[in-house]
Amino acid sequence: MSLDLNRKKVVKNAWRITKERDKGAIRIRVPGGQMETKHFAVLNQIATEYGDGTVHMTTRQGFELPGIDFENMEAVNRMLRPIIENLEISIGVSGFDKPKDGYPTAGTRNVAACIGNRVCPYSNFDTTAFARRIEKEIYPNNFHVKIALTGCPNDCIKARMHDFGIIGMAEPQLDSSRCIGCEACVITCKKLVTGALKLHKGKVVRDERRCIGCGECVLSCPTAAWTRNPKKFFNLVIMGRTGKKNPRLAENFIQWASEELVVQVIKNTYGYIDKFIDRSLTKEHIGYIVDRTGFHDFKEFVLKGASINPEARIAQHVHWSGTFYVSDVFIGAPQGDQISR
Amino acid sequence: MSLKLSHQDFDEILGKLRQEYTIYAPRRFKDRGRFSDTDLIRYGEISSIKDMVWNEKSNFSPKEIIFPITQTIFHFTEDDYREPTIDSKKTIIFLRACDINGIRRLDTIFLKNGNDKDFYYQRLREKVKFVLVECQSSFDNCFCVSMNSNTTDNYSIAVRFNSDSLLLDIQDKDLDKYFGGVGEKVNFTPEFVTENKIKVNVPKVAEMPVEMYDHEIWDEYKSRCIACGRCNTTCITCSCFSTEDIFYDTTTNVGERRRTWAACHIDHFTDMAGGHGFRKDNGSRMRFKSFHKVYDYKKRFGEHMCVGCGRCDDNCPEYISFSNCINKISKLVNS
Repeated sequence: MSLDLNRKKVVKNAWRITKERDKGAIRIRVPGGQMETKHFAVLNQIATEYGDGTVHMTTRQGFELPGIDFENMEAVNRMLRPIIENLEISIGVSGFDKPKDGYPTAGTRNVAACIGNRVCPYSNFDTTAFARRIEKEIYPNNFHVKIALTGCPNDCIKARMHDFGIIGMAEPQLDSSRCIGCEACVITCKKLVTGALKLHKGKVVRDERRCIGCGECVLSCPTAAWTRNPKKFFNLVIMGRTGKKNPRLAENFIQWASEELVVQVIKNTYGYIDKFIDRSLTKEHIGYIVDRTGFHDFKEFVLKGASINPEARIAQHVHWSGTFYVSDVFIGAPQGDQISR
Repeated sequence: MSLKLSHQDFDEILGKLRQEYTIYAPRRFKDRGRFSDTDLIRYGEISSIKDMVWNEKSNFSPKEIIFPITQTIFHFTEDDYREPTIDSKKTIIFLRACDINGIRRLDTIFLKNGNDKDFYYQRLREKVKFVLVECQSSFDNCFCVSMNSNTTDNYSIAVRFNSDSLLLDIQDKDLDKYFGGVGEKVNFTPEFVTENKIKVNVPKVAEMPVEMYDHEIWDEYKSRCIACGRCNTTCITCSCFSTEDIFYDTTTNVGERRRTWAACHIDHFTDMAGGHGFRKDNGSRMRFKSFHKVYDYKKRFGEHMCVGCGRCDDNCPEYISFSNCINKISKLVNS
């Protein structure tokens, strides 16, 4: 009996249509990129019983199990239940009305995170915990949005290639009486970062406008003269992307943003997409919507009603460059040949 | 006099003591540690026993109370100078046996080394009373027993912390008046750690061969040590400082003479005019420090400088272990 498949429904269910007729691949989300290893047993069971015995580790920190007959979709979705219970429902994600049916949507991608301060000495926050909070706020959602969190501006998760990159910032605070003028922080900042520190009369001085909140000064200080403000801050960088038309790195939107502000901006963005998206396309990436409306309309929309913390520094203009394969990619066709759809 | 007190009773006594004394103890500075979401434990003023961290080792030693990280020696104007005044309150420090023994080394350096006593050290030091905090067990990297600094009788009060009470051995008659009519009389004398996991064999001064100075043992530290200086800044016995005249910005003849911690593992130590410097490579810095801690100080003053608190090993980001280094030297000397 030939397969009668609703492709759109299948794709929304986090399954991929593959090259091989009648076989699909299921994608498993791991918000924040960390999970208990017990889930490998489930992945192994699906791959060996229904798949081809392999797993692909995706760039978004999920798992993709290929070679599964579409006729086994229901059975495989049922097997995912303990993973969904543990990685989604238990962190507070609502919208899994029928957990046995697998993932309700796949548009908003897995929220990725570097290993963060649970392990890494450089990280300025718990990236996994914040990623899970964002997952709770925005999933499930059909709109195609990519979000990644990284502990420091080293950006190991490549947050600047995402629609929203969240880069941890630490505000270094100086107890001048503890500074011995050894210049360890000055030299580190000059060689590795932005040169925001200098020695003045035997004590270090910080240029607030140059400081990017990486925390290197705190790490290098032998007397704990530099410590982090316990309040966490973030650099929210926006509209980076890979892809065909104009791949580019995300640019700074709000530096020294609070966690609340970051969450509010991302949540408001879904309303913005809903209002401005080009529905003639199967999907439109958020960055291209911002290209059409302009940054200022985006900024006005996403900051509406947001509680802006006093430390936040918001970009007045953003200039993205990126790669242009052809220089007129954003110039419309002659008015006479407009394609109508 | 020995007493058993509740935490609450002790807090009331602390309240009375604070009228006459500033009280320092290891405190937790939440989220102020080197890595994010970690705490810093260092000395600070306390007003309640709840402020004090008594079941962990502090990252920094109490030396900064009597040998401040930065200290103004005097302020100067065009034709005058003046020493800054200090707080008239006396000082109580809660600290462990190793640190009390460590402060004896600081006393030796600042007060008994040469003909002149260090005025700035002395005026802070002579205000101090010690409250010995009993170590109920040895912490990681401690090797006080090997350095004979696990015990002391140099304290005004010794205290054992229990979760619901405190046992006190009050030796200082000046403090008796604060403890009248409270608590329960008991028999208590502090116990001391008698064994550490880390054991160190220190070579005898007379047996140290001069060849050790140039030995290849120091070569590995050339590349391993990054000269961050944490072993020095956290050490209870490191006492080096630099002195500098600071001229205030707008007037060139007004300023202060300031002394600031300096250390053999930190750049600019012993820099000389013309850009000369001794011990440019980090291996020779390690050698200099090691011999100072376990050889030449003893040759001069009769006891080792190192007290085995192990803070250097706790804090080294490159996992250089001083206790392992001493044992390596011993092995070479004895073979």
